[in-house]
Amino acid sequence: MNEVEAILDKYQGDSSQLVSILQDVQEEYNWLPKEALTQVSKGLRIPLSRVFSVVTFFKAFSLVPKGRHTVTICMGTACHVRGSVHILDRARQLFNIEPGGTTSDLKFSLESVNCLGCCALGPIMVVDDEYHGRVRTSDVGKIVASCD
Amino acid sequence: MPRVNSRSDLEKLRKEIQAKRDPNKPCISVSSGTCGRAFGSKRVYAAFEEEIKKRGLKVEIAIKKTGCLGFCERGTLVVIYPEEIFYTRVQPKDAPEVVQSVKERKIVDRLLYTDPVTRKKITYESEIPFYKAQQRIISEANRWIDPRNIEDYVALGGYTALSKAIFEMTPEEVLEEIKGANLRGRGGGGFPTGRKWETTKKALGELKYVIVNCDEGDPGAYMDRSLMEGNPHSVLEGLIIGAYTIGAHEGYIYIRNEYPLAVENLRIAVNQAEEYGFLGGNILGSGFDFRVRINRGGGAFVCGESSALMASLEGRPGEPRAKYIHAAERGLWDRPTNLNNVETWANVPQIILKGADWFRGMGTDGSKGTKIFSLVGKVNNTGLVEVPMGITLREIIYDIGGGIRDNKKFKAVQTGGPSGGFIPESLLDLRVDFDEISKVGSMMGSGGMIVMDEGTCMVDMARYFLSFLEGESCGKCVPCREGIKRMRQILTGITEGRGKEGDIDLLERLASYVADASLCALGITAPNPVLTSLRYFRNEYEAHIKEKRCLAKQCKELISYHIIDEKCPGCGLCVKNCPVEAITFMGKKKPVILDQSKCIKCGICFDVCKLSAIEVR
Amino acid sequence: MVTLTIDGREVRAKEGSTILEAALEEDIYIPTLCYYERVSPAGVCRLCSVEIFRDGDSRIVASCLYPVEEGLVVKTDTEKVMNIRKMTVELLLARCPDVKVIQDLAHNFGVERTEFSLEDKKCILCGLCARVCEEIVGVGAISLVGRGTERSVNTPFLEEPGACIGCGSCAFVCPTSAIRMEDIGDTRTIYRWKRKAEFKLKECKKCGRYWATEAQIEHMKKKTGLPEEFFEVCPNCR
Repeated sequence: MNEVEAILDKYQGDSSQLVSILQDVQEEYNWLPKEALTQVSKGLRIPLSRVFSVVTFFKAFSLVPKGRHTVTICMGTACHVRGSVHILDRARQLFNIEPGGTTSDLKFSLESVNCLGCCALGPIMVVDDEYHGRVRTSDVGKIVASCD
Repeated sequence: MPRVNSRSDLEKLRKEIQAKRDPNKPCISVSSGTCGRAFGSKRVYAAFEEEIKKRGLKVEIAIKKTGCLGFCERGTLVVIYPEEIFYTRVQPKDAPEVVQSVKERKIVDRLLYTDPVTRKKITYESEIPFYKAQQRIISEANRWIDPRNIEDYVALGGYTALSKAIFEMTPEEVLEEIKGANLRGRGGGGFPTGRKWETTKKALGELKYVIVNCDEGDPGAYMDRSLMEGNPHSVLEGLIIGAYTIGAHEGYIYIRNEYPLAVENLRIAVNQAEEYGFLGGNILGSGFDFRVRINRGGGAFVCGESSALMASLEGRPGEPRAKYIHAAERGLWDRPTNLNNVETWANVPQIILKGADWFRGMGTDGSKGTKIFSLVGKVNNTGLVEVPMGITLREIIYDIGGGIRDNKKFKAVQTGGPSGGFIPESLLDLRVDFDEISKVGSMMGSGGMIVMDEGTCMVDMARYFLSFLEGESCGKCVPCREGIKRMRQILTGITEGRGKEGDIDLLERLASYVADASLCALGITAPNPVLTSLRYFRNEYEAHIKEKRCLAKQCKELISYHIIDEKCPGCGLCVKNCPVEAITFMGKKKPVILDQSKCIKCGICFDVCKLSAIEVR
Repeated sequence: MVTLTIDGREVRAKEGSTILEAALEEDIYIPTLCYYERVSPAGVCRLCSVEIFRDGDSRIVASCLYPVEEGLVVKTDTEKVMNIRKMTVELLLARCPDVKVIQDLAHNFGVERTEFSLEDKKCILCGLCARVCEEIVGVGAISLVGRGTERSVNTPFLEEPGACIGCGSCAFVCPTSAIRMEDIGDTRTIYRWKRKAEFKLKECKKCGRYWATEAQIEHMKKKTGLPEEFFEVCPNCR
């Protein structure tokens, strides 16, 4: 677990930076493995229960491996008013998973987020780094199929 | 990098930067905020870069990426300097023509904005109706600044306010100026900023903190994102001035995890500010030290609440605390802490430079200055607008927003996010400021302004907001965790046709309970959307409950899709697109048949039909 | 010392104490569920809500958290306060219909039934167990996990026993018996929600009583630094 050690060093073992530390760890492994969290708890000298509380409180953290591609659908008010719930339903149907989940082949993770700040272009669907605006329900399948 | 060590160094630097720049040299500036990206601004920029390189024009024509320009509906926006020609909906394929036109100092007519009323082309931003009624004192600078280049900010006069505060004013004098300006918090609370600074300044304790709250969580609001992405230095400068006034040497900037570009641009800005001596140790050679740390949110709306934000900074779950003792006295680590919103901080440098009197010259009695709103939803001109306090809702939605899109009828505007409420047509002449909006049951909030038309179901919108809060509640206290859940359950029942007599009474009882008994502002304000929708749109509730009808034709359980046989030519487009094969092709020239038992009400058929042969009942 | 008024009665309280502490001193009844005087107050059940009056304004606050002030006027029996108690208990009753202490409170406040759909939980998420484990025992084996309606009290990764030493403090403070402890022979079982953890109990060399779990003794040894022999006999026999 050298990477975790390096991250703890970067933050000088400061337990108040727990959220940032966990974000870096998750970026490293694409999820938060139990061993990494145990190491964080030991390295910061805080109970594992507190680490676990923080991990389960914030939506950004995942205790299971995430997919190769992350599909994020904005459920903000402006997008909602423009029909984002249909986009989400279509994605749920296509992947057969709920938001927060990952397809069994680990290809896609589906997230819903509460506002990306692209309200002028709603409904918005982000696939990895690509922002797709004015998405129609019929577009979802096409966009997803173009991912390898 | 030149380290600026005194006020005269700063002036020298500014003049040097300005001297290096030829004001007559053409510059193509591409608006590249996050929403620009959704329009493909990255590809547009790359196309321009490529074209300029191809033609060997790198010396003659400059190219720059700026932040959001506000007219988000018309992206990708490109502005040509020095003339300030304003192009909309630019695509990568337009690059050759535009570059050619810049070389020849001509204009590409087809890319200009066309006024929908006069049908005339408009060349300059200031003449476009969307911008005309605005007063972009904070957001205007986005046009000229590449947020990743501090020299752009300095060239415009950036950090002069900091220099003035540190060298020409005492902390007490700065405080008096902010108090005199009557600046109120722009994050939603509207608390007098000067008073907050004063309390923190006077509080007992050597160690004090200042915080920038960029955990902009209201869905539909993105003003802070645009400021942080497009002009991070304006926020930093305000923060440093605040720290100097209050006597804080450590600051935190808390940014939502969902704003990666803002985080990136801020990091670069902080590094550059440190290199140039505006931040860090011995700022501008004055002896004043101030350092900041950037913390990202973890995906929790509740962390926009100041005590929850501070808990998160302390490495704990983002649970709010009862605020019987203000954070200004005991906040982060129980020490005096001054937390302000991004837009609030961004107002500070201008107030210091131009004075409290200037600021008080804008706005209403109780609310001075301007406010940035995200005008979104069913308006024609969606985007970020900055207007003086006191402008009416009608002016914002119609003069600036260009009215309702697709010629539909206005129904309501929602302000204040999940803590706010719906405002009906009868109140469109309301003057927008902190107090006027509160009087009608809503709140101005952080600036989200979502326009709704006849196709929006108000019961569903109330359910939407409660559902949002249910997912974002920290879960600590009974009223919020259990109360909001039960309210949402009742509303779901109503939208699904299971509403019954007594539901509205129970909703109202729960609403007053949650508002009175909750521990933090999330719970206390949660009932507002429900209460305002009941106040102004009770008829929709009654239709759902008594007649099992959704007047806006939105609630899935209460609508059905039907083929209009006379209009259907049997093209089969809907058949191909139906995800559950509920529509059967019956041969050419024969109308298709929709099986209601299979239909999942996804609306795709309605979407794709080019002949309006499908209706919703 | 500070003077405030509670239900028309003048009360003197130590500075820095809370309205609830002042009321308890004076035997003024304020119901609570998530309060235990030996740990920090949390203000989550809201049953202790009272109405305070100042400058013509009134406000609802949690008395377990609100600090006493000179001249504060507090009322524990206004209509608003009564409605808050009723609704709080009704919501908890809908969440935990089979929990006796909730049923009793509901009966006391005149809440006979609830219109809300019934769940079948035992835990009211008061957090006392987690606070006791962290603040008094110093182990922090359990904590509040998740957010909002998904919130629960659990061990990390839901594994038993994790860092738990089987001291039973959580079972002791739990107001609803969502956590229970059972000592049979030389085994202690702690029932937490749907799971359980088993611990071996240590026998007193003198009287033969099983008086603490081995894990507890290990913890006390580390904390106090006292020798092995000290823990061979139970506190009664020492």
